Amino acid sequence: MESLSNRKKEVSNKEMTFLESIYLPAVFSGMSKTLKHAFRKPVTIRYPDEQREFAPVYRGMHVLKRDEQGRENCTACGLCAVACPAEAITMTAAERKKGEEHLYREEKYASSYEINMLRCIFCGLCEEACPKEAVFLTDRIVPTNFERDTFVYGKDKLVEDVDNRVDITKRQNTGKRGNK
Amino acid sequence: MVKVTIDGVEIEVEEGTTILNAARQVGGDIVPPAMCYYSKLEGSGGKCRTCLVEVAAGSEKDPRPMPKLVASCSTQVQHGMIVKNASSERVKTGRAGVTEFLLANHPLDCPICDQAGECHLQDLGFEHGKEATRYREERRTFDPIDIGDKIKLHMNRCILCYRCVYTANQITDQRVHGVMHRGSHAEISTYIEKAIDNDFSGNVIDVCPVGALTDKTFRFKSRVWFLKPMDAHRDCPTCSGKAVVWMFGNEIYRVTARKDKYGEIETIDGKTAWICNTCRFETKEVDKWNVEGPRLINRHSVISQNHYTLQNPLNNNTKNIQ
Repeated sequence: MESLSNRKKEVSNKEMTFLESIYLPAVFSGMSKTLKHAFRKPVTIRYPDEQREFAPVYRGMHVLKRDEQGRENCTACGLCAVACPAEAITMTAAERKKGEEHLYREEKYASSYEINMLRCIFCGLCEEACPKEAVFLTDRIVPTNFERDTFVYGKDKLVEDVDNRVDITKRQNTGKRGNK
Repeated sequence: MVKVTIDGVEIEVEEGTTILNAARQVGGDIVPPAMCYYSKLEGSGGKCRTCLVEVAAGSEKDPRPMPKLVASCSTQVQHGMIVKNASSERVKTGRAGVTEFLLANHPLDCPICDQAGECHLQDLGFEHGKEATRYREERRTFDPIDIGDKIKLHMNRCILCYRCVYTANQITDQRVHGVMHRGSHAEISTYIEKAIDNDFSGNVIDVCPVGALTDKTFRFKSRVWFLKPMDAHRDCPTCSGKAVVWMFGNEIYRVTARKDKYGEIETIDGKTAWICNTCRFETKEVDKWNVEGPRLINRHSVISQNHYTLQNPLNNNTKNIQ
């Protein structure tokens, strides 16, 4: 019958020639390949002494950004949560009170914002959905832990430190977001 | 009865019908959008100009085309009239221009706005607007005004459609708010910060096409697309008691009137189903409502996102799709 996948191979059972039957040419050609590679630069690296560079668009642990004046960008609009295919993001919104203008950029802010890192599949749709440039994925790796509860990251872990900013310029300069 | 052709669809309507209502009788894509016209409010319409259509032939007697685009909500049909809406390039560019004007002073604070997801200006901008703004000037802003503890007024978002004014005029016995000043200074306001506290005043929230008037008891509580709208009714001495409760789990987050696909409050038993403030603001306990079941939501609407409920494809009851 005709193969539908068109990947069927006919197996032949032809006799070996004399050169093939003594195997030596094949052994030498194989060994020469091995020797060539023995003097080449290794393709592996000695982790963890050495670490590979991350791709500029690597999708690791999230960060909630602040603006230049240190105010939180997130307004708890919920677009990241609705975009999230894994339903990993939850938040509650609150109204900014008088005197909090230096903490939050807009009238509304996220009083709590949680990402469940066990649910998260690091697809980056939250970053794409965010209209306020608040949530970004970074090249940081979510640390391992034995307790499930510790993987629900709240604002304490997600919001960047005012004095110790998380650099995301690399991913902003890549792709269509950077070209705008 | 007069015969009109809208986008190639011939329909017979009663004399005196507006082009917009004739198109609505046909339904579908040929219905022009309307930001200010509200069929349940007398005298509304003619302000926002989003419903502009091209009249290719005025009538059978006088088949000359109308020189300018006309507002379909306030132009009556004539026998033999040929109207072009979706099929007209002029209408497309005209509507894009109107959208740009409506958005010129709009703050575009959708991430904060509670109306986001059910906002007609969002839909209009999505369908007819441009991606970028050409407006360089500073946007018009107003000082916030307190109009009571139940309704929040965001004057910056207002497009001056006058719907709320007509609502207060026509369904309540005293109107305490209106449009102040003229031209580009016009704004919705109350006389000297007077609170709006009529039994039916909450309906101005439902008629508002944008997020200018929003529910203070729902303010920043959730987003519409996280909630599940359910049809519900209760025995109410003041109003019909037929409403939509927006639930999250087993909790009612807000109550609105039942709206049809044009965003207008439905007519139930021959009457427009306005709901009273007690139902809207003060009845948020589940046991006070008889929840009938989930409301049909257009599956392209953001409100139906992530609810993972299978719509019954055999159910053709699309009447109340919002």
